[in-house]
Amino acid sequence: MSDAGPLLQVRDLTAAFGRAGAAAPVVKGISFDVAPGEAVGFVGESGCGKSVTARAILRLAPEGASVTLGGRVAYRGRDLLQLPAREMEQVRGRRIAMVFQDPMASLNPVMTVGQQIDDMLRHHQNLSRRAARRRTVDLLGLVGIRDPASRADDYPHQFSGGMRQRVMIAMAVSCEPDLLIADEPTTALDVTVQAQILRLLLRLRHELGMALMLITHDFGVIAGMVEQVFVMHRGEIVERGAVDAIFRDPQHPYTRALLAAIPRIETARRSS
Amino acid sequence: MNDAAPRPGARGRLLLTIGLVMLAVLVAVMVLGPSLAPYSPSRTTPDSLAGPTAQHWLGTDSIGRDLLSRLIVGGRSTLLITFASVALALCAGLVLGLASGYLGGRVDLVVMRLLDVIFAFPVFLLAIAVVAALGPTVPNLILTIAIVYTPTLARVVRAPVLSVKRWDHVEAARSVGVREFDIATRHVLPLVVSPIIVQTSLTLANTIFTVTALSFLGLGPPPPDPNWGSMLAEARQFMELAPLTVIGPAIAIVFASLTFIVLANGLREALDVGSR
Repeated sequence: MSDAGPLLQVRDLTAAFGRAGAAAPVVKGISFDVAPGEAVGFVGESGCGKSVTARAILRLAPEGASVTLGGRVAYRGRDLLQLPAREMEQVRGRRIAMVFQDPMASLNPVMTVGQQIDDMLRHHQNLSRRAARRRTVDLLGLVGIRDPASRADDYPHQFSGGMRQRVMIAMAVSCEPDLLIADEPTTALDVTVQAQILRLLLRLRHELGMALMLITHDFGVIAGMVEQVFVMHRGEIVERGAVDAIFRDPQHPYTRALLAAIPRIETARRSS
Repeated sequence: MNDAAPRPGARGRLLLTIGLVMLAVLVAVMVLGPSLAPYSPSRTTPDSLAGPTAQHWLGTDSIGRDLLSRLIVGGRSTLLITFASVALALCAGLVLGLASGYLGGRVDLVVMRLLDVIFAFPVFLLAIAVVAALGPTVPNLILTIAIVYTPTLARVVRAPVLSVKRWDHVEAARSVGVREFDIATRHVLPLVVSPIIVQTSLTLANTIFTVTALSFLGLGPPPPDPNWGSMLAEARQFMELAPLTVIGPAIAIVFASLTFIVLANGLREALDVGSR
């Protein structure tokens, strides 16, 4: 477990949907590294394969789809794609955690949010019921939920969208993972809440020293959040580089098109 | 909001209340049974096939046994068999339906085809065959009826599991390392209980008929212990002389089965099954 070398090393990752022989490639052999503590962004339009890439790292296939993965996803040198299912369960949540797009649907509606976080802590860290609850309350406080001790006993429907995303984030960071994958974490939220959630992710990243993989279709979200950007288009990484460089001097035409798609206050004024 | 029409839930609540009161009567009969009966169900008296009197409220049967006492004690037997077999069918249905729906693929194929085989037989044909093969004892009867109703319950479990397992919170649970078994039992099963509860109640209604019909055909608990089915069979030949001997058990059977149907409808509306 030395700090030298990347935390995550992805080589020639492919993902294809459908049965063998007639499979449709969705991710076409992409390679990238994530260093410990580094924040990287994946940008691209819907369907470009960025979410499938994120799920492939945790070997989460969309339910009902038959997905064939290829290549190598090395976490600290171990290939996750070859890991037995039991060991993979130990990686998920504990080493690499994920936050999803829709906080409305990502919590079990019939369990209190506290129970859901308790469960995870008890499973991964063998905490006692009481210790787990204490940690849960701390975590809910950490992600900015007011009065966490009593809110832990509330059900997901009693929380607003932004609050639920905070709960999801609390759950994801509860075992202090080395890498947090955030798949469009703010897309389902309104703009003011978006900024709060992004600030929270940024703060947690620094406090917990974890790497962050931020996936979005919105270049505006990436700015100020990450160091490295990967622009994805049709299952391939078409441009990569430091975030400032890409904003200043995009090379690929697709990247330029994406940057041009960010609405600017001046244009809005002119058209109205 | 200013009209006097009952709210959508009101009818469901009314049905549910009626159903629960009826169920309370049945459970009281089942639990208290012999202590509730005025006489021993096997005590004979000289006046056979007598009409209702102050001593025998419903009269007596062909060998002078008190009809009311036999109805109460017989109800205990019929209801116990009914509840036990449905409980067994529910357990099997939950395990098979959840495994089948959640795991999918080959497990689903094998389990569902096996259940289809059971499902393809008419209920009575299958029940008679199994009881005849195993022998007409109470445990065998319970087992038989459980087997007959397992496919229905398994299907009712499986169908919503197929949809709930694709919900986002299941993937979210998986992404934080929750074990598959825990996902199935804690994150999927609790979301599909409503239709299962309703179907269980309907199955209880059907089972009452199956149990009494099998007893009527002599495949029930062995005599002399009374039960509603065998009472009906014994009384059949004296139907014209003493109609109460037939009407008594018949009404009891209809009442019990109606209880579960009313309850199922009340639960269906109260739990909002079908709108989700």
